[in-house]
Amino acid sequence: MTTATLSASAPGAQTSSATLTALHGNHACALAAIAAGCRFFAGYPITPSSEIAEHLSYELPKVGGTFVQMEDEIASIAAVAGASLGGLRAMTATSGPGFSLMQENIGYAAMTEIPLVIVDVMRGGPSTGMPTRPAQGDVMQARFGSHGDRPVVALAPASVQEIYEETIRAFDIAERLRTPVTVLYDQVIAHLLESVAVPAPGAVRVIPRKWANGASGPFRPYEAGDDGVPPMVRPGDGHRSHTTGLTHAETGFPTQTPAVVDRMMRRLLGKIDANRALVERFATRATDDADVLIVAYGITARAARRAVDVLRAEGVKAGLFRPITLWPFPEDALKRAASGAKSVLVPEMNAGQLVLEIERVLGGAAPVRRLNRIDGEPIVPHQIVAAVKEIFS
Amino acid sequence: MTDATFSPTDAALGGGEPPFDVREWLRLETMPHFMCPGCGHGIALRTMLWAAHDCGIDKDDLAVVCGIGCSGRIGGYIDANTFHTTHGRPLAFATGLKLARPDLTVVVVTGDGDCLAIGGNHLIHACRRNLDITCLMLNNEVYGMTGGQVSPTTSAHRITSTTQAGNFEPTFDACRLAEAAGAGFVGREVTRQAPALKSLIARAIRHHGFSFVEVMSDCTEIYGRKNELGEAPEMILGQKADMRPEVYNDAPDRPFRPNALPTGVFVERGLPEYGDSVRAHVAAVRTGGTGR
Ligand SMILES: Cc1ncc(C[n+]2csc(CCOP(=O)(O)OP(=O)(O)O)c2C)c(N)n1
Ligand code: SF4
Ligand SMILES: [Mg+2]
Repeated sequence: MTTATLSASAPGAQTSSATLTALHGNHACALAAIAAGCRFFAGYPITPSSEIAEHLSYELPKVGGTFVQMEDEIASIAAVAGASLGGLRAMTATSGPGFSLMQENIGYAAMTEIPLVIVDVMRGGPSTGMPTRPAQGDVMQARFGSHGDRPVVALAPASVQEIYEETIRAFDIAERLRTPVTVLYDQVIAHLLESVAVPAPGAVRVIPRKWANGASGPFRPYEAGDDGVPPMVRPGDGHRSHTTGLTHAETGFPTQTPAVVDRMMRRLLGKIDANRALVERFATRATDDADVLIVAYGITARAARRAVDVLRAEGVKAGLFRPITLWPFPEDALKRAASGAKSVLVPEMNAGQLVLEIERVLGGAAPVRRLNRIDGEPIVPHQIVAAVKEIFS
Repeated sequence: MTDATFSPTDAALGGGEPPFDVREWLRLETMPHFMCPGCGHGIALRTMLWAAHDCGIDKDDLAVVCGIGCSGRIGGYIDANTFHTTHGRPLAFATGLKLARPDLTVVVVTGDGDCLAIGGNHLIHACRRNLDITCLMLNNEVYGMTGGQVSPTTSAHRITSTTQAGNFEPTFDACRLAEAAGAGFVGREVTRQAPALKSLIARAIRHHGFSFVEVMSDCTEIYGRKNELGEAPEMILGQKADMRPEVYNDAPDRPFRPNALPTGVFVERGLPEYGDSVRAHVAAVRTGGTGR
């Protein structure tokens, strides 16, 4: 999967004919949601994500969809879950403070296996932080923000084109694996104006949700087939099932029987692992012979790409591994990319978050250095170049 | 649940065709239920199903969205599309569900803590939007499920596990709150008056708009015992003494619910229903208008 450009092929997007259009990141996200079949959005305004809601407030009615501005982010994600239970593809968008408020119901959606998409446009934190400044501080919140162990999928696009692709992919993964999916990007890409290949209307393949039908005998709504994903019950179709955030058995009803709980939890957590091929996406640049491997995502990866080119021109064998899927982390791909590296550098716009995962995956195979910026400014190429040179000095 | 004497039909209570049989609405395989003897929530459950029956609702098209609490647990027993959501949030879940599926009859079951404390913001906005949902708030004046802590409706001086020397917090009048916030339908009834409660809930379900019904229920096991309100029969009789102020307005304070609350339908008004407004907006946009 070595690609020379920042963009890799997006499985969800099947473009027959595409029109190049200049779009801001948040606008691309909204249009991608429509293309992916999203017909319900509930949200609460917050910088720097508000444009997604604003665009969808007039794009959704055009396609017969529903937009609703709720009273807060807790209600927003609850309404999105409710709409998804009703059968619609549904999404919300927010930033750090709102993402914090959503965590309980994200856990609920994971536990009850409700497909939905959350876009978190990261801004400076903690707390109200810097609403208009970029950051990458929600990476670990996306992974561990809700209590308990739960399946997690988080995607981190690095360009406006990729916001378009990853938003479509987020819906595809959410629907196929019956799980919430988070799209994480920062304020810079959210407001960047770039050209996007927008597929012709109807050109994006939207796989219909797998519905339960034709029940004979006692119906068990949480009984999964080989893919680990049970078909969903559509209210009104006659199954009259029960949905609860309490730990439940295949019947949908609460259980505390250890063997059943263990079986249900392992299936719930395992369905993501079993479908890594669908979920994992990454890109590499000049990793084959790299002495120093830079691992970067989102806007930081763009500075890293430039740094790799500058370093290569100066004879330093630098390479870039760019996870587009942050969770589950593309472990094997990173190990392959880092196999020949003498050193690894992880630049991030936080105090050091994804680096913890990278250290875990590499398990000491190569020393892992950090480059962290927490002043509300993006990391720039020369900082990465300087950090790499320092490693070799 | 198989003894007919414990499951009188609507006919036995004086009318209804076809007769109401609660067993047809329950997931009998989930019995026995969790409720303590005499718990008012059981009456609320039965009454709500009776109302659904009277409204001629098809179980397949009934969605019951519950919060967390003893009140929230009753949904699991109903043979319909049931959703046990998160604490305080059932109205928000129901808002998404009803907007996505206007064909479903959506009934929310919530408690006084679920609806007025953690979910208070969602309640006022659900009232304001006036989406066609029926909200049954089972008010037992206490947090039953978590062991009897004070709630926003606990009466003055009551002993709870967090007001050991008596409650000194003011209470909400949920019905006046709902009315002020814009609900199309607001009413209150006591579990003692099951037929009246059934009629009220049926009227609320039939109302096109947001219907708020406060069901005065009894937490016999915790609230009743802690406050020496007697056994379930005494508690339910106490409802009569204090819940019919039109009749008993001049009665001196009784030990149970000294702050008498009126019952009946308080508000029934034809305000724009939110789903209709959304659909009109969508239609206007699609035909090239602004939606204004
Ligand atoms: C976020 C959250 N906080 C606290 C709780 C614990 N909790 C469960 S039920 C409940 C109170 C329920 O009281 P009420 O709504 O009056 O219902 P009742 O049990 O009295 O019917 C609380 C605080 C929870 N489940 N979730
Ligand atoms: S604790 Fe109270 S509210 Fe809960 S079931 Fe028992 S009596 Fe009912
Ligand atoms: Mg209560």
